[in-house]
Amino acid sequence: MREILIIGAGPAGLAAARAARARGASVTLLDAADDVGGQYWRHLPASLSAGREDLLHHGWATFTALRSDLDDDPGCRIVRGAQVWAIERGETTGRPDAARPDAARPDAGNRDTGRPDAEPAEHDDRGGHVVHALAGPVDGTDRERITLTPDALVLATGAHDRTLPFPGWDLPGVFTPGAAQALAKGERVTVGERVAVAGAGPFLLPVAASLVQTGTTVVGVFEASRARTLAAGWLSRPWRLARAGKKGAELAGYAAGQLRHRIPYRTGTAVIRAHGTDAVTAVTVAKLDRDWRPIPGTERRIPVDAVCAGHGFTPRLELAVAAGCVLTGDSFVAVDDAQRTSEPGVYAAGEITGIGGVELAMAEGSIAGHHAAGGDTGTSPVRAARVARGVHRDIARRIEAAHGIRPGWSSWLDDDTVICRCEEVRHGPLRDTAAATASTSLRSLKLSTRAGLGICQGRMCGRTVDALLRQHAPHAHRNDNATFDHRPLAFPLRLAELADHPKDNDRKESA
Amino acid sequence: MDVIVIGAGIIGAAVARELTRSGIAVTVIERGAAASATSASGEGNVLVSDKEPGPELVLAQYSARLWPQVARELADELGGTIPADGLGGGHRAGSGAAFPSIEFDRKGGLVVATTDAGIEPLRDFAATQVAAGVDARPVTLDEARELEPDLTPSATAAVYYPEDAQVQPVIATEALLASARRSGASVLEGTEVTGGLRGADGRLSGVRTTAGDLHADAVVTAAGPWSAELTARLGAPVPVQPRRGVVLVTSRMRPRIFHKVYDADYVDAVGSGDAALQTSSVIESTAAGTVLIGSSRQRIGFDDRLRVAVLREIAAKAANVFPFLADTPAMRCYGGFRPFVPDHLPLIGADPRLPGLWHATGHEGAGIGLSVATAALLRDLMTGTEPAIDALPFSPARPSLAEHLQEVM
Ligand SMILES: Cc1cc2nc3c(=O)[nH]c(=O)nc-3n(C[C@H](O)[C@H](O)[C@H](O)COP(=O)(O)OP(=O)(O)OC[C@H]3O[C@@H](n4cnc5c(N)ncnc54)[C@H](O)[C@@H]3O)c2cc1C
Ligand SMILES: Cc1cc2nc3c(=O)[nH]c(=O)nc-3n(C[C@H](O)[C@H](O)[C@H](O)COP(=O)(O)OP(=O)(O)OC[C@H]3O[C@@H](n4cnc5c(N)ncnc54)[C@H](O)[C@@H]3O)c2cc1C
Repeated sequence: MREILIIGAGPAGLAAARAARARGASVTLLDAADDVGGQYWRHLPASLSAGREDLLHHGWATFTALRSDLDDDPGCRIVRGAQVWAIERGETTGRPDAARPDAARPDAGNRDTGRPDAEPAEHDDRGGHVVHALAGPVDGTDRERITLTPDALVLATGAHDRTLPFPGWDLPGVFTPGAAQALAKGERVTVGERVAVAGAGPFLLPVAASLVQTGTTVVGVFEASRARTLAAGWLSRPWRLARAGKKGAELAGYAAGQLRHRIPYRTGTAVIRAHGTDAVTAVTVAKLDRDWRPIPGTERRIPVDAVCAGHGFTPRLELAVAAGCVLTGDSFVAVDDAQRTSEPGVYAAGEITGIGGVELAMAEGSIAGHHAAGGDTGTSPVRAARVARGVHRDIARRIEAAHGIRPGWSSWLDDDTVICRCEEVRHGPLRDTAAATASTSLRSLKLSTRAGLGICQGRMCGRTVDALLRQHAPHAHRNDNATFDHRPLAFPLRLAELADHPKDNDRKESA
Repeated sequence: MDVIVIGAGIIGAAVARELTRSGIAVTVIERGAAASATSASGEGNVLVSDKEPGPELVLAQYSARLWPQVARELADELGGTIPADGLGGGHRAGSGAAFPSIEFDRKGGLVVATTDAGIEPLRDFAATQVAAGVDARPVTLDEARELEPDLTPSATAAVYYPEDAQVQPVIATEALLASARRSGASVLEGTEVTGGLRGADGRLSGVRTTAGDLHADAVVTAAGPWSAELTARLGAPVPVQPRRGVVLVTSRMRPRIFHKVYDADYVDAVGSGDAALQTSSVIESTAAGTVLIGSSRQRIGFDDRLRVAVLREIAAKAANVFPFLADTPAMRCYGGFRPFVPDHLPLIGADPRLPGLWHATGHEGAGIGLSVATAALLRDLMTGTEPAIDALPFSPARPSLAEHLQEVM
C-alpha cells in the first residue's frame, strides 16, 4: 500500500487526506497545532453563536464531518501537536517513488539514530525524503521522535499573517488579524474596547466582524488599496465572481455586515502610526496615494486601545525549501496541474502555492492527495476539484491585484521604527548598513544587520527586510540566491532532543 | 602594477586591501556577491590554541598580532564602534554608526578534556605550544570553573589560551572590502572568471570573464573551496577540495559562555584529513547573545543537503561540555565548505608553473583568522619586500604539494 505523509492539517491537508484515503493509500497526517483545522477552522467553534450561522455552520459541518471521518479511519493516522522540524533530501537521482515495505512507519525513540554520513545513507539509495517530527507538549521533556520515509509527501503548511511595520507597531495592543481572530473566536477574549482594523485584503472584513461580535467597537476598517484598484480587481469580470458563488456571497455578506454594524470601511487609507508609551492609546490614519504613500494633510488621530493590522499572508515555505522544491518568481511553491512540485514524490497544496482562501486550499488538497496516492487525471472527484481550483485561482489573482502591497508604504517608517522585532533592528541602521557596505547580497546584509536572525527566523520580518533592502539599494543586483525562506530547522528544538543520547555521552566518549 | 584578485571572500577582501594600500591597482572579480560564500558560512574564530607548532601556527600568531591593528584601522577609517584595543570589548555598533563593528574580541579560549585519557595529550600539546611562543596556561579545574561557571562537572583538565579571539566574519569581510574600495580598488560582482589570457611569452596576462576580457600584470586566486575549478580554468590546477562544516545556533540567552570553549578532540579533527564525518564542539557566544556550536568536518564534495545525523552529533558533544545546553533551543543551523588542501597548509605565493599567477587560498577552517596575515605576506611577496615570517612553507612550490600539482595545461 502506498504510504502518504501529509504535513499540515488545515483545509488543504485535510482534503488531501480524504482524497488519498479514497484512493486506498495509507495516510499519516501531522500538524503542529493541538487540533486539525488549520488557521481557518481553528477559530470557528466559538463563532457559532454569531451572526452568520448558516454560512459558518455550513463550513463547520464540513469540517467536523471531515475530521471525524479521518479520526475514525484506521487507515489514517493523525498526529496532533507534531512539529515537523526538518526534512532531509535523498538523492534526486534515486528511485523516489519505489515501493518500500517499511516506509512511513513511525519510529519512536531511538530507532532513527543517525548513520555515519560517510557511509552511503540508507535513504539515499531509495531517493526519498526523510521527515523528522517531534510530537507532544513543546515544553515537555520527552516528546516523541517521529521519523518517516513516505512514498509520497504532501506539503500543506499554509501561510501566516504578514504585517508591514509602522511607527509604534511594536507597542502592546497591536495584533495581527490572525491573533485577534484567534483571541476573539477561540478564547472569546477581545483585544480591546476600541479597535482599528488596518492593512490590506479581504480577510480584514471577517476579522472586523468577529471583533464586533465580541462586543468590541471597531472604529474603522482601513484598507490601504484605493477604491478604484479594488473595483478594478474585484469587478473587472463580475460574471467570474458570480461563478465563485459561495466565496462571492461570503465576502459580500461581510461587506453587508460591516454596514449593519456601521463600521466605517475606508479605502485608500492606512494606519501609519500607533501612539502610546506602554500600550497603544491612539493611531494616526492617513489617505494614501496609489503607491501607498501617505498624502500630506490627510492625517487624522483616532483614540483606540488596540490595533489589528495585516497586509496579507506569507507562505510557510521552509519545509518545501528543505525538500528541494522550486519556488515561483513571487515566492510560492511551484506546482503543476497535479499539484506536483519539482521534487519527485513531493506535492504541495493550499496557501503555500498561492493565497486564495479555504475553497482553493481544499480543491488543491483534493487534487494533491489524489495524485500522491497514485490517482490519474480522469477521475471524477478530481474533475470537480479542478473546476473549483480554476475558479478560485482566478479570485486569488484578483485579490492580489486589488490588495497587493505597493512600495510607498516604506515612507511611513521613521529611522527608529523597529523592523526586526526579535533582534530589535531599526529602520535607520538597516538602511545605513546597507549603504555603508554597498552590499548586493541578502545573506551578507542579514548577517551584518542581524535582521531576521532572531527566534522567529525572519518569519515576521523577512519579506519586509527583503523589500526594504531592495529599495535602499536600488542599483544593487542581487548576486546571491539567499532568501528568508531557507530555514533548515523549521521549529526550534532543545539540544537534548536533537542529540543522540545526550545523557550517556560520557560513556561513549571513553569507550 | 595592475592586479586582478578573483574572489571576494575574506581572503580576497584582505588581499585587495593590502595590495591597494601599497599602491597597486586592484580589481576584484566575484561571480556572486561579496562576503556571501564560505566567509558567510562559518564562524569567526581567530585561534592559536588549535594549532600545533609549525608554519600554520606561525601564520596564526602573525595574524593574532595584526588583527587588533587592522580592527583599529578599520574603525578609524569606516567609523564603526570597533573597540580601540580589541581586548575584551567587542560591542556591537550602536545605532547611527556608519559601519557596523567587526566585533573583534580577544576573549580567550578554554580547551577542556572530559576523559581521563584526554588529560595527558591536552597537557603535552599545550607544552609544545608554549615552547613555540603560545600563551597556553594549564589551569586547575577550579580555575576553569571560575572562567566558565557552567562547565561540565566531568571536565578532567583544562588549558586557557588568552590570545584566542573572534571576529564577525561577514562584517569583517565587508569592512576589509570597503576599505579596499576607499583606497581605490574596484569590485566587479556578478562576474565570473571563465578562463585565462596568456601573453606571447606564456605568462598569464589576464582573465576571461562573463563580462569580457580583463588584463593585468598579475592574477591572484582567492576563490576559496572553488579554487580547484578556477585554477583549472586558468590552466594551472591546485588541489583544493571542499570540506563540509555545519554550525548550530541557539536562541539568544543571557551570557553564560565567556570564552571559546572546546573539547580537546577538536584539535584532532582539525589536523585530520579523514574524509569521514568528524565532529567536535567549539562553543562560543556571540555579541548578539546566541551561542554558536561548531562544527563538523566531512569531505562529501559540494553536497549541502541537511544531514540530521551530523546535527545530532554536534548537539550531543556540546551538551557534554556545557550540560545546560541540553535544555537550550537550537533555532538555526547553517554550513559551508572549507577550502581543504591535502598537506593542510594554505597556498600563499606565486605558482611555480605559470608566471603571473599567484594564490591566496586553501585556508580550510582558519581562513577568517588567517586572512590578514595572508594578505600581508602576499603583499610582501608581490612587492618584493622581506616578509615578516618565512613564506616558504606556504609556497605553492613546496615539496609536499608537488605530487598534487599537475603540469600546466
Ligand atoms: C484572520 C483570518 C481570517 C480568514 N478569513 C477567511 C475567510 O473568511 N474566508 C476564506 O476563504 N479564508 C479565510 N482565511 C484564509 C484561510 O484561513 C486559509 O485560506 C486557509 O486556512 C488555508 O488553508 P491551508 O490548509 O493552506 O493552510 P492553513 O490553514 O494555514 O494550515 C496549515 C497547517 O500546517 C501546519 N504546519 C505548518 N508548518 C508545520 C510544520 N513544520 N509542522 C507541522 N505542522 C505544520 C499548521 O499548524 C497549520 O495547521 C482567513 C485567514 C485568516 C488568518
Ligand atoms: C562551518 C565552518 C566554520 C568555520 N569556522 C571558522 C572559524 O571559526 N575561523 C576561521 O578562521 N575560519 C573558519 N572557517 C573557514 C573560513 O570560513 C574559510 O577558510 C574562509 O572563509 C575562506 O575564505 P575565502 O575568501 O578563501 O573563500 P570564500 O569566502 O568562499 O570566497 C571565495 C569567493 O570566490 C568566488 N569565486 C569562486 N570561483 C569564482 C570564479 N570562477 N570567478 C569569480 N569568483 C569566483 C566565490 O563566489 C566566493 O565568493 C569555517 C568554515 C566553515 C565552513
